[in-house]
Amino acid sequence: MAEYILLRHRDIPGIDQIETYRQHGGFEALRKVVTGMDPDDVTNQVKASGLRGRGGAGFPTGLKWSFIDGQNWPHYVVANADESEPGTFKDREIMENNPFQFLEGVAICAYAVKANVAYIYLRGEFWHIAHQLDQRIAEMEAAGLLGDKLFGTNTSLRLHTHLGAGAYICGEESALLESIEGKLGQPRLRPPFPPAVGLYGKPTIVNNVETLTNVPLIITHGAEWYRSIGTEKSPGPKIFSLSGCVNRPGNYELPLGTTFRELIFDHGRGIPEGHTIKAIMPAGASSSLIVANEEALDTPMDYESVPKVGAQLGSASVIVVDDSVNIAWLINRTVHFFKHESCGKCTPCREGTYWMMHLTDRISRGEATINEVALLHNVANQIKGKCLCALGEFSIEAVLTGIERFPTDFENIITKSTS
Amino acid sequence: MNALLEKYANEIQVILAKYPADQAGKRSAVMPLMHLVQRENGYVTKDAMQDIAEICEITLTEVASIVGFYTLYYDKETSKYHIQVCTDLPCALRGADQFLENLCKNLGIKVGETTPDGKVTIESVMCLAGCDKAPMFQVQSAEGLEYHENQTVESALELIQQLRQR
Repeated sequence: MAEYILLRHRDIPGIDQIETYRQHGGFEALRKVVTGMDPDDVTNQVKASGLRGRGGAGFPTGLKWSFIDGQNWPHYVVANADESEPGTFKDREIMENNPFQFLEGVAICAYAVKANVAYIYLRGEFWHIAHQLDQRIAEMEAAGLLGDKLFGTNTSLRLHTHLGAGAYICGEESALLESIEGKLGQPRLRPPFPPAVGLYGKPTIVNNVETLTNVPLIITHGAEWYRSIGTEKSPGPKIFSLSGCVNRPGNYELPLGTTFRELIFDHGRGIPEGHTIKAIMPAGASSSLIVANEEALDTPMDYESVPKVGAQLGSASVIVVDDSVNIAWLINRTVHFFKHESCGKCTPCREGTYWMMHLTDRISRGEATINEVALLHNVANQIKGKCLCALGEFSIEAVLTGIERFPTDFENIITKSTS
Repeated sequence: MNALLEKYANEIQVILAKYPADQAGKRSAVMPLMHLVQRENGYVTKDAMQDIAEICEITLTEVASIVGFYTLYYDKETSKYHIQVCTDLPCALRGADQFLENLCKNLGIKVGETTPDGKVTIESVMCLAGCDKAPMFQVQSAEGLEYHENQTVESALELIQQLRQR
């Protein structure tokens, strides 16, 4: 990409300083909306841009904003900065290095949905980032960009950070809201969804950090400009967090629709010498395992194309797996994660991840028979479609696709133990 | 009298001001207050929990359940420093298991154990959002949380040496 849209600190050193950010057009979008746009027009412009939620679900952002219940007050905006999916480290880079663009995005969203208070929910490990953001919010208040009477209008807005304390489940939006309310981070039964009943029972818009960071430039350059990047149904840039068995892991900001091949082999400089690529997980530990054949490598990474090779784009946390890795070992690792992070509220997830952990422990240690692989597949299938939230549903993706698409890895580990 | 409120009057006012002034808003202060308390001695004491319950207008049991639910809170005195190595999938693919094993071997302890001087505990934890810079870990203590990335066993041992002398 010619110029960074989200990771702008890579083009503009010092953009994490308020003055530098302003010199590069910072807060002009906020000024534009607060002083001259109707809130609904802001939502309509975001809708027209085709921006979709970058947290994983890919839901159209403007449409979500338009769902805010105008009969019930006050409204809240919550930025989801709980980034905890194994393989995801993009929001951290944005908040550490290009914080004001993110904060401006939060402010514009709040204006669009007529909220006077917005919370930024950060995972507890982002302690240092929360402190930096607190300072930056104070700087914005001192500069009249937050607080009362923004730009001399009657609009007022306050931003607050709220630190989590080590629970992956709080990235799920309803669990996140419970957590801000000072309760256990456990998901709510939905519907109602947060735009109707959210924080403190009030209409709330929850958006991911990366999603909100797109917003100022959509306002500044317009929906048409935004749509010139990416694909028709998945417009805009995306930060791909590349990790695993690859020579140059890291965050890569590329247009949606870039192929796996370009990301892994051009930007990521390919697989460590002596090995070949075996599998791809496009959405972190929550992802299905894709067999990394030619067809998969040539697949564009957008919300429509990835499902055609049997996975979801999700948060675009691309974990690369090479031929040194046994998939039975791999799923044992992902299942341990979900077992640890299951909040315990619903039975299929709580019990299911527990039993999948024991089965994958036995299988990966070579102590199981082939029947136990079938049993594992069965248990995973019984979790499917029965959980209160996506955590449980995603815990089985790698398990099912691992067994179905890489059967020899399981046979090998069983044969080795019985011969 | 609420000892916590007395000691941190200003900090607590700042925290409470973030949330609505009603009862639901007061309850929201429970997590920030716990972070505040833990900064003092690395864990949340029973007395502090009682004070927090009073400020947030909830029961002691509810406060204790929050401590139990979230992994970053401790309800018992622990070692001064926790070295928390991420061994989730992306880090494991970049040698985190081997790193952790060799680190422990060098210190003569097992994962989850503490150095004989009681100062440093080595733990294996879930994803810390540093996958491209593995092996990596965070150091958790009353001083806060600190990330250390692109680590080798040597660099980690050096850091641990420094921490043990503090």
